[in-house]
Amino acid sequence: MTMNNKPPPTGAFFPRNFDWHPPAYSPRYKSTVLRSPANALLSLENSKGDLTGPVFGHELIGEKDNDLVTNFAKPGESAIGERIIVCGRVLDEDGRGIPGVLLEFWQANAGGRYRHSKDQYLAPLDPNFGGCGRTITDTGGQYEFRTIKPGPYPWPNGVNDWRPAHIHFSAFGKGFAQRLITQMYFEGDPLIEICPIINTIPDKAAVEQLIAVFDHANTIPMDARAYHFDIILRGRRSTVFENRLEGN
Amino acid sequence: MRQAPFRLRESPSQTAGPYVHIGCTPDVVGLNQVFETYLGPNLASDTAKGERIRITGRVLDGLNTPVRDGIVEIWQADHAGFFNSPDETRGDADPGFFGWGRSPTDLETGEFSFDTIKPGRVPYLDGRLQAPYIHLWVAARGVNLGLHTRMYFPDEAEANSEDPILNRIELKRRIPTLIADCGDGAYLFDIRLQGDRETIFFDI
Repeated sequence: MTMNNKPPPTGAFFPRNFDWHPPAYSPRYKSTVLRSPANALLSLENSKGDLTGPVFGHELIGEKDNDLVTNFAKPGESAIGERIIVCGRVLDEDGRGIPGVLLEFWQANAGGRYRHSKDQYLAPLDPNFGGCGRTITDTGGQYEFRTIKPGPYPWPNGVNDWRPAHIHFSAFGKGFAQRLITQMYFEGDPLIEICPIINTIPDKAAVEQLIAVFDHANTIPMDARAYHFDIILRGRRSTVFENRLEGN
Repeated sequence: MRQAPFRLRESPSQTAGPYVHIGCTPDVVGLNQVFETYLGPNLASDTAKGERIRITGRVLDGLNTPVRDGIVEIWQADHAGFFNSPDETRGDADPGFFGWGRSPTDLETGEFSFDTIKPGRVPYLDGRLQAPYIHLWVAARGVNLGLHTRMYFPDEAEANSEDPILNRIELKRRIPTLIADCGDGAYLFDIRLQGDRETIFFDI
């Protein structure tokens, strides 16, 4: 028996650090102006409903769910663009891999266009690219998926604002209070520094946490480059010494 | 010198953007052939115990305009007050009731809706019973960090009056923002991101 058989902690989640997350009201990203609560959040110690969450079984995930290159393509065809693998781990704040995390991802195509009726950017749709995928982390918290590198695109905010290439991530950990949506960026992209959405994050070190790095080791020869991207979800307290009456 | 304890930091949140439906409810934006099964707004299987209810509502911005590019997720106890989760240590939840669901806000009307069952009462940390309630979480363009709130029931006045969370709220005028209205065959629960009747959101 190894020490690793100690069960994972099930206590309250570490409080969120609101200096690390972007504030709700961030006027340079104009959509926040009317969608940001003006009142302070009411802080509550976690109770049962915050600590618990549903289990998404591996049976939910189909064979092609984590392959955006082919999961919308006609048989025998594939999406246009730079083929990449995105891989990494979902960890808690104490560095433990979190198994069973439902990860969903969505993105624009290689030209920077989303398959969505509201996206009118002049870049063409790719008939073989849908732009959505999902997977569940393994016992060590690892995940991977295959896609094409999304293109940057202009968006109506300032007159000449561009989004850097990015992939949206939704992560569902063990508890409802751990729920997180974020975005992954690519190292070396000059648009990162001038992006009003990224710049809602006050701390440069926090921004760096969202920038994936080229991963030569996981690159598939003659096929697809790899990018490494770890996602950190809230850690939680051990319950070993909680609710234990003095003297017992 | 002293130790610097090893501690990572939670990945900072980013907005779900205007196309969150592509990633979270792809079946409603024409991507209904990509996956075999889709996550959705029905929480109860045919065998679920309890009173079947429907919840509908809109997410409204500071000018009362419906948010049409968002998602709402709910999480709740079963009819007897147990959560269908491995971390539920008090007893076994109804296996016919999943307890979690996700709805897009409609691209035209902004409406979300869930088919579920009315939850039982769940004890709070100090053992006092909470009124029946549902956790909600909202993500959308212009929302930098997903917003947590709770929905309580209009037909539970007595339980609501003794609820430990509702009693924590100092500004009593804001409590009704957490209580649904009785509609025609459904509970109506509008979530107001801003304005006079801004919904109470929680840091949990």
